[in-house]
Amino acid sequence: MSKNSQLVRGYEVVIGLENHVQLSTVSKIFSGSSTAFGAAPNTQASAVDLALPGTLPVLNRGAVERAIRFGLAVGAKVAPLSIFARKNYFYPDLPKGYQISQYEIPVVQGGQIEFFVGDEKKVVKLTRAHLEEDAGKSLHEDYHGQSGIDLNRAGTPLLEIVSEPEMRSGAEAVEYARTLHALVMWLGICDGNMQEGSFRCDVNVSVRKPGEPFGTRREIKNLNSFRYLVDAVNYEVNWQIDQIEDGLEIQQATVLYNPDTGETRAMRTKEDAADYRYFPDPDLPPLMIGADWVERVRGEMPELPTVMAARFQQADGLPAYDATMMTQSLAMARFYEAAREACGAPKLVANWLMGEVSRRLNTEERSIEDAPVTPALLAALIQRIQDGTISNNSAKQVFEALWTGQGTDVDAIIEAKDLKQSNDTGELERILDEVLAANTKSVEEFRAGKEKAFNALVGQAMKATKGKANPAAVNELLKKKLGA
Amino acid sequence: MTAPLHQLGVAELGRALRAKTVSSTELTQHLLARVAAAKDLGAFLHVDEDYALARAKDADARLARGEAGALIGVPLAHKDIFVTRDMPTTAGSRMLEGYLSPFDATVVDRLNAAGTVSLGKLNCDEFAMGSATENSAYFKALNPWDRTRVPGGSSGGSAVAVAAGLVPATTGTDTGGSIRQPASFSGITGIKPTYGVCSRYGMIAFASSLDQAGVMARSAEDCALLLSAMSGFDERDATSVQQPPQDFHARMLAAREGATAAQPLKGLRIGLPKEFFPAALSTDVNGAVRAGLAELEKLGATLVDVSLPRTELAIPVYYIIAPAEASSNLSRFDGVKFGHRAKDYSNLIDMYEKTRAEGFGAEVKRRIMIGSYVLSHGYYDAYYLQAQKLRRMIADDFQQAFQQCDLIAGPVAPTVAWKQGEGADDPVKVYLADIFTLPGSLAGLPGMSVPVGLGEGGMPVGLQLLGNYFQEGTLLHAAHALQQATDWHRLTPAGV
Repeated sequence: MSKNSQLVRGYEVVIGLENHVQLSTVSKIFSGSSTAFGAAPNTQASAVDLALPGTLPVLNRGAVERAIRFGLAVGAKVAPLSIFARKNYFYPDLPKGYQISQYEIPVVQGGQIEFFVGDEKKVVKLTRAHLEEDAGKSLHEDYHGQSGIDLNRAGTPLLEIVSEPEMRSGAEAVEYARTLHALVMWLGICDGNMQEGSFRCDVNVSVRKPGEPFGTRREIKNLNSFRYLVDAVNYEVNWQIDQIEDGLEIQQATVLYNPDTGETRAMRTKEDAADYRYFPDPDLPPLMIGADWVERVRGEMPELPTVMAARFQQADGLPAYDATMMTQSLAMARFYEAAREACGAPKLVANWLMGEVSRRLNTEERSIEDAPVTPALLAALIQRIQDGTISNNSAKQVFEALWTGQGTDVDAIIEAKDLKQSNDTGELERILDEVLAANTKSVEEFRAGKEKAFNALVGQAMKATKGKANPAAVNELLKKKLGA
Repeated sequence: MTAPLHQLGVAELGRALRAKTVSSTELTQHLLARVAAAKDLGAFLHVDEDYALARAKDADARLARGEAGALIGVPLAHKDIFVTRDMPTTAGSRMLEGYLSPFDATVVDRLNAAGTVSLGKLNCDEFAMGSATENSAYFKALNPWDRTRVPGGSSGGSAVAVAAGLVPATTGTDTGGSIRQPASFSGITGIKPTYGVCSRYGMIAFASSLDQAGVMARSAEDCALLLSAMSGFDERDATSVQQPPQDFHARMLAAREGATAAQPLKGLRIGLPKEFFPAALSTDVNGAVRAGLAELEKLGATLVDVSLPRTELAIPVYYIIAPAEASSNLSRFDGVKFGHRAKDYSNLIDMYEKTRAEGFGAEVKRRIMIGSYVLSHGYYDAYYLQAQKLRRMIADDFQQAFQQCDLIAGPVAPTVAWKQGEGADDPVKVYLADIFTLPGSLAGLPGMSVPVGLGEGGMPVGLQLLGNYFQEGTLLHAAHALQQATDWHRLTPAGV
């Protein structure tokens, strides 16, 4: 059991995810219609999408190719033969009266996702990933009391990725989802747009006393933000524990999370689960994927984040955690590599990206592609730290200036803000003497063996030099003066 | 011209049209008049004279330019299972009354391109479910040999139109015998090619893994001409076979190795499955079929005994698989997007229920229920999965048999056409009559029905010929040889 899986009120939390990933093909999975988001209702629905009599599905090989890419990226088996089946049910936005999906034999089998929760590495096995078509949308507003049907989305290709129930907390679940989200975008198989529904999470949650068999699960449907995911899981876990503590049984159910109330609510229970009468779709021959096709896709794959992270550890000497952070997205990795190339200080680049850069990006809800500080600027800044021109503290001020557009030349900003680090030892000695004289208590404490007192003195010295002193020089001189 | 125009076949008409001894317009007018006069036969669900004459005019223009396609200007009509842009398509169902498709079925499209002139849409059992065309939601089709009898089904209208001399050829579809059986009952020639030879795009699906388009005409030669024009790979049908269109007419004519003028079928081995000649086979059918086989022997063929041990199992296997697929294929008829929608309903479920209750006929409902049942949780393994296993074994049996022979022959149906209404109370009895056509359908093999004389009540009897996969050429060659040597296929109902 991982150390992240703290028990909640004495219960172990068990979570598995099902993610619907909309594949980035130009046309639909079984027709030539466009998959572009946001068109006027039913303008992207062809005869096939409308299920007009006599129409037949023809598989889009681009969707298969993306599934293969995913399978290779997670170390799964790409099935040489998989089967499309019909899932039969009636609903107005399901034009054929059945959804074409893969049931018994999916295209991607097994595999795993690796991610960090805090600084602890976690590996979650995948059950499968299968290809299927999306349904249309029912529109319940503005139709004079009737419902409208928009079939633009009907037939959009989806890859449904199913994990094993191996996560033990909401934090793990959200990191898994984030990693998967980053991976499908990295692979270029999904645009990752959660608002438009390109990446949807269904979360299966159950609780049990440690060592007991799995409890009954409830599935939280259609979570479209990572924040909701954590909140929904936490609410659900506590709700389930409340039920059990009250002596009630958990009913297997599908639930919806309401972000306004922060609660989950049952949509349907197992009793009214439909019989989908799955059977192999006779309109589609088995999907055969030859080794040559797999190899061709493999040849076109980008370097995988895990492989790249290993390279950053080996070649750049980054710690495992830093290497993983640098490979959170292709854009991050490209930024890191460009900056590292320009300044030759991989660890410093990683520190800045994980520190100041991420902090600014998060508060401003921007992605790294839009960062006003380019890799070249960050590298120039880091070089000035490395060559002793500015201290770390001053560097933060320069960064702030670069970020807020006060300038685009690192040296000019250092000049303008008078941040150049003082290397004048005579001046520094004078200041240190003043500091020692003014802080006799700290000096005595240090002499009495309190290491902390030394840090306090360094702090005072830095303050007195307005941060311009080279900390290494301050350390060295202070030690000399104290006879340490 | 000695014979009246409506007695001529596709090949002869094509020659006459190209020789300009008759125009497509004249021919079309002549046949439209016959169609109007024979309305009581119930062959056509829809006739469009203006459309047909416009098409005939186009064809005459092509002929005037010297174009030489074998089918330019040849009138025909399509089973109402094929969707058409220019005429309504109903599949014989109230569900699709007045439905106009925005596109043509591939088969229709190709025959249009070849210059044929469609007079209209032909009656059939609702969604092609039936063996007598009594399940048409509109009206029955009558057998022109004896109007008190059924013409067979489900392509009954297609058979009647050809047998009554309304058009020289028609399209049909065969899921479990729906081309071969009405061809046999109506005394014409029909071919169902190997599954996948004709595109299913635009054919309203009954049972997708079985449905196959084919031709009904007055000779093997005419069948070959149409099949050449309508077959070939279609990228819109994932189950269509990836091969270019073939010249079935040339393959039909190609002489066999070692053949002589007197014995064109020398060396051809025809297998007779003992299961196709049970004691219960009616003597008139047996007699006619044996007479046909004797002619084939005279032409040089050798008859060998073979066995298809699972023939009887084909009935339950078919009546599980076909309804299973149908139950799903017909789900799209829900009143939401096209076709019939109930007038008054209180909510969504009520709308579904009323729409489907009103739109579908009894046989369609029966098959949807059977199909839903065999696919449902807990029954799937016992029925559907088991049926799929047996289906493979039935196909294997054919491959065993084809080790010993080139073609397989037998009756198409156990009896000649029965009286109207006879099957109405006992669907199972009607299902059982499909016994000889179902095995070939389940295996996906090409098959033909060729007239071999008359039986009880002066009703026609068809000889069924089945070939191995893609052996349409061999089938057509044998049938053509038989028709060169005999006149059975020239027999017509009185007054035609």
